[in-house]
Amino acid sequence: MKIKGRAISKGKAEGEALVSKEAISFLGEVDTKTGVVVNPKHPLFRKCMAGKILVFPRGRGSTVGSYALYQLKRNGKAPNAIVNEEAEVIVAVGAIISEIPMVDKLERKGFKLIKNGSKVVVDGDKGTVEVIR
Amino acid sequence: MHLSREEEDILGGEHGAAAAKSMEILLAICKIFGAEKLIPVTSAQISGVSYKTVGDAGLEFLQSFAKDGRVRIPSYLNPCGMDLEEWKRMGFPKDFARKQLRIIQAYQKMGVESTCTCTPYLIGILPKKGEHIAWSESSAVIFANSALGARTNRESGMSALASAITGKTPYFGYHLDENRIAEVVFDVKVKLEDMSDFGALGIYAGGIAKQRVVAFEGMEDFTVDEVKALGAALAASGSVALFFIEGVTSEWRVVGKPERVEFGSRELKETKESLNSSKDAELIAIGCPHCSLEEIKEIAEKLRGRKLKRKLWVCTARKIKTKADKLGLTRIIEEAGGRVVSDTCMVVSPIEDMNFKRTAVNSGKAAHYLPSFCKQKVLFGSLKDILE
Repeated sequence: MKIKGRAISKGKAEGEALVSKEAISFLGEVDTKTGVVVNPKHPLFRKCMAGKILVFPRGRGSTVGSYALYQLKRNGKAPNAIVNEEAEVIVAVGAIISEIPMVDKLERKGFKLIKNGSKVVVDGDKGTVEVIR
Repeated sequence: MHLSREEEDILGGEHGAAAAKSMEILLAICKIFGAEKLIPVTSAQISGVSYKTVGDAGLEFLQSFAKDGRVRIPSYLNPCGMDLEEWKRMGFPKDFARKQLRIIQAYQKMGVESTCTCTPYLIGILPKKGEHIAWSESSAVIFANSALGARTNRESGMSALASAITGKTPYFGYHLDENRIAEVVFDVKVKLEDMSDFGALGIYAGGIAKQRVVAFEGMEDFTVDEVKALGAALAASGSVALFFIEGVTSEWRVVGKPERVEFGSRELKETKESLNSSKDAELIAIGCPHCSLEEIKEIAEKLRGRKLKRKLWVCTARKIKTKADKLGLTRIIEEAGGRVVSDTCMVVSPIEDMNFKRTAVNSGKAAHYLPSFCKQKVLFGSLKDILE
């Protein structure tokens, strides 16, 4: 199933979806050395985002969060790609400077169709997300 | 979205990797905010300079961006985390200083002037009415929009850097007339006596206005420094980017029936109380935003022939400090036991790691940020109060 969306950051990647119903702040909420969510109140607490397709509604928090995403990438602990319901600037800029493919605004409620653990291909050039299984 | 030939070239990498990334950043912002084009800007003012705020991640990013990133327009830095000349004598941690200097070097390599001030408008950087700029320090943004009538959104350090490197900004938000209209009007019913009162008004109004454009009625008799203090506080407690003062600011757009709020002596008193969490302090810090020469004169006059029991930092732009040195003001302040500090301020420097737990300020913005950014208890009052 291929879903059309909007291209935010270029490149193509695949992986297993890690889905959060809540927004993420990369500054403070994620350990940039391990890629693990460290905020006990977050639904992804103790989950590692390294190598995953990180699916979450949007970013939040300080604009310095873009640099935190960059550091995750430098440490080899970044997600392979990002899918947002609707992008905001912090995560969008973070994805671009870290060269992490990113797509948002999926057609026909496509965002809700991606289940945790699904195998997903994100195409940040064409702005599409394919759910393989 | 329409891209010019030049913009296409930058995006395609003909001007280097950092320029291409910068263009990608600006185009993503266009998509997010529905901007249809980029417009030229005449200057960029870049935040994200203190090692304390950007950390190792920011340092690494800036060093990699500086490999081939070069600015195309006059670009200026916000304050960094320490006085670049006096840091050793002031006891800044060595490791912090080493990393801070690397950040400055990366920006310098890109061609950004290390002005290290949040008040570029006090050192001759004065965009004209209607001029499009890309500034990111929130107090400078609100001053440029409101007092100068220039046009800028509240940029992040990265988007301002992207504008510096490409010379462009997305055309939306405060660049457009239609978004420069007041949505909440404050009727000021109390006489504001000094900067701390203006700061308190800003903190109160920003909390109500959130991100909306603000108009003030009933204000009379104030200085540039007081307007500076008001704007900085509005931009700190809210994310206000533009305000009007009746009969003063070059723009005044109040249409329809905006929300109306009164600000009287009770609101002033309660706001000032809410910003106070200490009765004493180890450090008196003045200059958030950075002091003008007039403020330094006033401080020196109050300190002439005195000896302070507490440490005092008077934070200002290096250019202003040089003037204060020549006028003998720095010496008067030093003889009283204080310091005139450049390139930094009490909010972005690591004062919590320098044995300061309580700080006295006359700035609403500093009083708002010091408890969370620097783990300080705050004594908030007028200049006279905090120097006594």
